[in-house]
Amino acid sequence: MIEPLVDVSRDFPIFNRRINGYPLVYLDSAATSHKPEPVLAAMDQFYRHSNANVLRSVHTLAEEATTAYARARETVSTFIAATDPKEVIFTRGTTESLNLVARSFGDQFLRAGDEIVLSPMEHHSNLVPWQQVAKRTGAVLRYIDLADDGTISIDAVRRVISPKTRIAALSKISNVLGSVNPIVEVADLVHQVGGVMVVDGAQSVPHEPTDVMAMNADFLAFSGHKMCGPTGIGVLWGRAEWLAQMEPIAFGGEMISYVDREMATWAEVPEKFEGGTPNIAGAIGLAAAIDYLTAIGMDKICHHSQALGEHAFDALREISGVSVYGPRRPHAAAVAFTIDGIHPHDIAQVFDSKAIAIRAGHHCAQPLMQWLGVGSTARASFYFYNSSNDIDRLLDAILETKRFFQR
Amino acid sequence: MSLDDLYRETIMDHNQSPRNRRSLEHPTKTVGLLNPTCGDQLKLDLRVQDGMVVDVGFTGHGCSISMASASMLTEAIKGKSTDEALALARHFKAFLTGTPSPVNLGDLEALQGVSQFPSRVKCATLAHNALEKALSQD
Ligand SMILES: Cc1ncc(COP(=O)(O)O)c(C=O)c1O
Repeated sequence: MIEPLVDVSRDFPIFNRRINGYPLVYLDSAATSHKPEPVLAAMDQFYRHSNANVLRSVHTLAEEATTAYARARETVSTFIAATDPKEVIFTRGTTESLNLVARSFGDQFLRAGDEIVLSPMEHHSNLVPWQQVAKRTGAVLRYIDLADDGTISIDAVRRVISPKTRIAALSKISNVLGSVNPIVEVADLVHQVGGVMVVDGAQSVPHEPTDVMAMNADFLAFSGHKMCGPTGIGVLWGRAEWLAQMEPIAFGGEMISYVDREMATWAEVPEKFEGGTPNIAGAIGLAAAIDYLTAIGMDKICHHSQALGEHAFDALREISGVSVYGPRRPHAAAVAFTIDGIHPHDIAQVFDSKAIAIRAGHHCAQPLMQWLGVGSTARASFYFYNSSNDIDRLLDAILETKRFFQR
Repeated sequence: MSLDDLYRETIMDHNQSPRNRRSLEHPTKTVGLLNPTCGDQLKLDLRVQDGMVVDVGFTGHGCSISMASASMLTEAIKGKSTDEALALARHFKAFLTGTPSPVNLGDLEALQGVSQFPSRVKCATLAHNALEKALSQD
């Protein structure tokens, strides 16, 4: 029996809901996680008690808001073991973070013929920005070959890395295959040829301890909403020496130093990249989420996520007519599967009638679907509020789905 | 809303034995459509002569709702004029938002339950959108 790591009904009001007469079984945390009371309370408290814009005024509320926003940046910085909070840029989420690197770093440093190394498992947000920068600069995309179980071997990486590699952009954990990619080793190879390592941490940062220096990364992108924070806040971490050289991409208030009629100069990092009023309450909510996760313990969360992922993988594989994707071990908290002859949308519909929330579709990874040779899959994904009972409900629902469609 | 209200017998039947599921040899109009939220694909082939849909076929992959709906639509429009076919598509879409149809929708009426599931309306109307697109080509 794998138990939740927290008192779920106390901390997560949403789990007290019933849907179609059943208690909610939420297996879609890879899409977004639920939000615990302390996160909701922190944001509520900010709006009710300290609401003001940051960096602009000297009144008490503005001081409080500015301090809280700065403290949120420090909390994030400590959580990912960055050397300086200035390396933490607040964005809307992983997508905006990756677009920022591609637009700013990519446009500035890529030349025609330079190579960008990607994998076919990438989420569209770690793929389309690179396609676009390749179009603008004449750079070329090189894809790492996946092994049969969807994993990446160092040999496969070696085959695509060349002296022309300027950027490798890779997810740490796949949102479909649940595979864990060898970032440290890839980063080593990329650094040997003078390139940079961009890590999509959307699925890893919520589930495991993160140390950007140990990871050997140059940039790391992640979203608050997948780690108990609110939507609309995310992070781009980058090495100070790169951020200092990069041009901003959004111009306006709060990102400038001096402006006259003809020209402007930029504020320092990170403000340079945060034009306009930022998502202050979002940053405060994210910091509260990080405090909440840290109190549980990221090591414990990592262990729990993997235990559920591997248990689900093994159990699904036993059911005839069910295909499960990705590696057996280690398998992270996202498990994609299909049932012969039943479309994933129809699976998700039957599941919903039992209040079991899963995702069905291409998971924003169409090239991966093409590689797997399927149009779409169902996906169950877990977080620390799930238990092995939830997996039992999932297995029952699969049998029920088969009965319903194969009658 | 129970599952049986959504997945009526007629739908299960069309899903299991789709009608007109084939490519036409000599279509006069062909349209491929993607349902971007799920990656489902549908190709609709039409043979239109003198303003009449003389033959129609579809291929692709999708959920039971989209495939059954395509099957039902092809059955309903074969032998009809293009104006009648377009009117049928229009009335069917309105039907899914709760407006009774002035024309007989045939088996398509079995899709009524879809109106209770907004995320599935896209599936049920994929073939109809393809038809409208095909008949607006010149
Ligand atoms: C691996 C991965 N990358 C990127 C994203 C995009 O994150 P967001 O939609 O929060 O920008 C997601 C989540 O959907 C993801 O799973």
